[in-house]
Amino acid sequence: MSEVIRIKKGLDINLKGKANEVFSKAQMPDVFSVRPDDFHGIKPKTIVKDGDSVKVGSVLFYDKANPDLKVVSPVSGQVIAVNRGERRKVLDIRIKSDGNFESEPFEKCKPSSMSQEQVKKALLDAGFFAFIKQRPYDVIANPNDAPKAIFISGFDTAPLAPNYDFIMVGREEEFQLGVDALAKLSGAKVHVGINVDNASKLFKLTKGVEIHEFQGPHPAGNVGVQIHHVDPINKGEIVWTVNAQDVAMIGKAFMTGVLSFSRSIVLAGSSVKNPCYCKMVYGASISNIVANNIEGDNVRYISGNPLTGTQIPADGFLGAFDSQVTVIPEGDKNDEFLGWIMPRLKKFSVSRSYFSWLLGSSREYEIDTNVNGGERAFIMSGEYDKVFPMDIYPEFLVKAILARDIDKMEQLGIYEVAPEDFALCEFVCTSKIETQRIVREGLDYLRKELA
Amino acid sequence: MKALRNFLDKVKPSFEEGGKFHAFRSVFDGFETFLFVPNTTAKRGSHIHDCIDSKRAMSMVVIALIPALLFGMYNVGFQHYLVHGEEASFWATFLFGFLAVLPKIVVAYAVGLGIEFVVAQWRGEEIQEGFLVSGMLIPLIVPVECPLWILAVATAFAVIFAKEVFGGTGYNIFNVALITRAFLFFAYPVKMSGDAVWVAKDALCGLGSESALLDGVTGATPLGQVSTGATEITNALGSVMSPMDMVMGFYPGSIGETSVIAIGIGAIILLWTGIASWKTMLSVFAGGILTAMMFNSIGANEVMNLPWYEHILLGGFCFGAVFMATDPVTSPRTECGKYIYGFLIGFVAIVIRCLNPGYPEGMMLAILLMNLFAPLIDHCFVQANIKRRLKRANR
Repeated sequence: MSEVIRIKKGLDINLKGKANEVFSKAQMPDVFSVRPDDFHGIKPKTIVKDGDSVKVGSVLFYDKANPDLKVVSPVSGQVIAVNRGERRKVLDIRIKSDGNFESEPFEKCKPSSMSQEQVKKALLDAGFFAFIKQRPYDVIANPNDAPKAIFISGFDTAPLAPNYDFIMVGREEEFQLGVDALAKLSGAKVHVGINVDNASKLFKLTKGVEIHEFQGPHPAGNVGVQIHHVDPINKGEIVWTVNAQDVAMIGKAFMTGVLSFSRSIVLAGSSVKNPCYCKMVYGASISNIVANNIEGDNVRYISGNPLTGTQIPADGFLGAFDSQVTVIPEGDKNDEFLGWIMPRLKKFSVSRSYFSWLLGSSREYEIDTNVNGGERAFIMSGEYDKVFPMDIYPEFLVKAILARDIDKMEQLGIYEVAPEDFALCEFVCTSKIETQRIVREGLDYLRKELA
Repeated sequence: MKALRNFLDKVKPSFEEGGKFHAFRSVFDGFETFLFVPNTTAKRGSHIHDCIDSKRAMSMVVIALIPALLFGMYNVGFQHYLVHGEEASFWATFLFGFLAVLPKIVVAYAVGLGIEFVVAQWRGEEIQEGFLVSGMLIPLIVPVECPLWILAVATAFAVIFAKEVFGGTGYNIFNVALITRAFLFFAYPVKMSGDAVWVAKDALCGLGSESALLDGVTGATPLGQVSTGATEITNALGSVMSPMDMVMGFYPGSIGETSVIAIGIGAIILLWTGIASWKTMLSVFAGGILTAMMFNSIGANEVMNLPWYEHILLGGFCFGAVFMATDPVTSPRTECGKYIYGFLIGFVAIVIRCLNPGYPEGMMLAILLMNLFAPLIDHCFVQANIKRRLKRANR
């Protein structure tokens, strides 16, 4: 095992509403929704329509640019709507569950005894490939690429994030098979990043992976940070990243011969009465798990963590890559008087013009969705650098993106980053600049221009 | 507060598009966001945000300036009574200074904020709070006898040509307050330098002394005296000053720049809150001290012979190092760049003082010069980062 990689820059935001490590029983909802937008980079061609019967693993849409790349139904039942927006863009596909989770056939076998082509076909047909992301561009991976490495992050440091040690318990074999499949598929080395403070027994027992130990605050758990410190991406190189739970999900299919898109999620946040873990399926409506479990009526539901997640309605759906539902108060009715000069002892800030830095790191904060100020040009300097643990100048990169200067973006390291890496920059920004949106637009622009 | 909120909500529609007072939208907006934290919520990206905003950052700087401002007011009164040879109570002294300085603050804010409001209205943007700091800095770096109309012209020039034409707060290349001073210095040299402008001589609104000046009053700033060949630094009455007097700051000079103690309190506030960069501040002093020592060893003229600590204590060195050099917008954006930027400010300031006696106040020119070089300093560090990345790729 290599030495511990210490991440010094970053920020742990200690939010109220952490979940106890118990699974509560959650009833599977009736309605599921698959959003093509969750699978960034895919140009969806929908092949189901209202009334079609689907099973777990039935193709809902595929990528126009790469017809082998399919996104499948997480549930068996009936398609009840294909909702379209402007220019007939598919917003989501709604499926009513029959409650049986009947699966399309999947051949049960050991990936290590299969050929690369067989594994690839199995993953593509089962719809698992859409859960592999690539860098650069932070999009769904292209099956025809040969990545130089695969990275799996074995922990999540985002606020209120699930504890992987807890949710992966008992999934050793599934994870091992998933890793075997990915190794066979890519022919590349599989890296797993673990937190030195966690036991991470499951990951340490896994064979055929290279383990890297990290220590430090968020975003140490971001796979992008781990790639940067282990094997950074240069121009022309491709790295695939897979969520640890999705690796186990792939492995489980090889182990049982049944497709299942079930995963453990955490319901957390200061507006949740009883924050807990539960088993869910991607695309599931959250209405069951949040029912009678929310304090206050002016709250925001987020699929994902509060830094990078997506806002969803109270009867919204779990995103394809999310294993967290966060509920926090809305901040649209604060009417705070002269807030810019008040001591605001209950507020959290990294700035020492507030007092939260004196009150210790164990204090938990309730943060609402208020932006706490108006958007400005870049004024304060060095703020981003303090929470961006890569050898990249985040502010200069953001400026290069705003200027749409492709050369500069490349030179400043845009191939290594994803919007989520800038989430903390956005959080601490005095000027309230939407850095994640800017980076997303920059990646999309670059991908389009260089295609 | 509820009543105030309700009142704002009631009058708000008349300031919006099509309303009666739409022409004052930016003004209303400015006051509303000033009174109440806006209720905007995050729509995309991060759902939670740190509670620091630019209003708070800017007001911290204004708060840090208050000790220097209060002392400056007192010193204006003190110098006035000193040169008239009269004794006055603490409050009479302060009140005189207050009356002398207040119009300058009012003029600077009225002109600057007026332009900001008009530009914000014209661009359809929110009012930006950058001028809150500039408007407080400007009165502190001018001589007390600077006429108000000249101050108004200079402020307008600086706000329009140093800031708004570049795009407003955050886009300016030069420090706005220093451009104001530079404009005054070069456009109205008679009113801005020499021996006559640093002490308020006339009575104000019935306050102050009506009697004639004492004999032997000079009214020259310490650096002015040294640059004209004086070997001993004296106060306005001609008695020799000790280093302790220089720290206290009871001598003629720009309104806010004389007291090292008051500026020190401001520096502590800025460093405690982390609003100003300690890297810049520290390296300005390091650069200044080392350069002054270097010139001490040459010693070709009186300014070169000035001990290093007097270089630091006198003139606008401390004020510039604490409040001007640390302006984040006109400083380098890279952390390492700040060391070089600060060091060169200190270096250039002393070089100007020593080698060009025509400009005894080198700090202003040094900071403006380095403002110009800040992007170049950044460029070097960014280029090094780019080279590192290329090297990694070619390995």
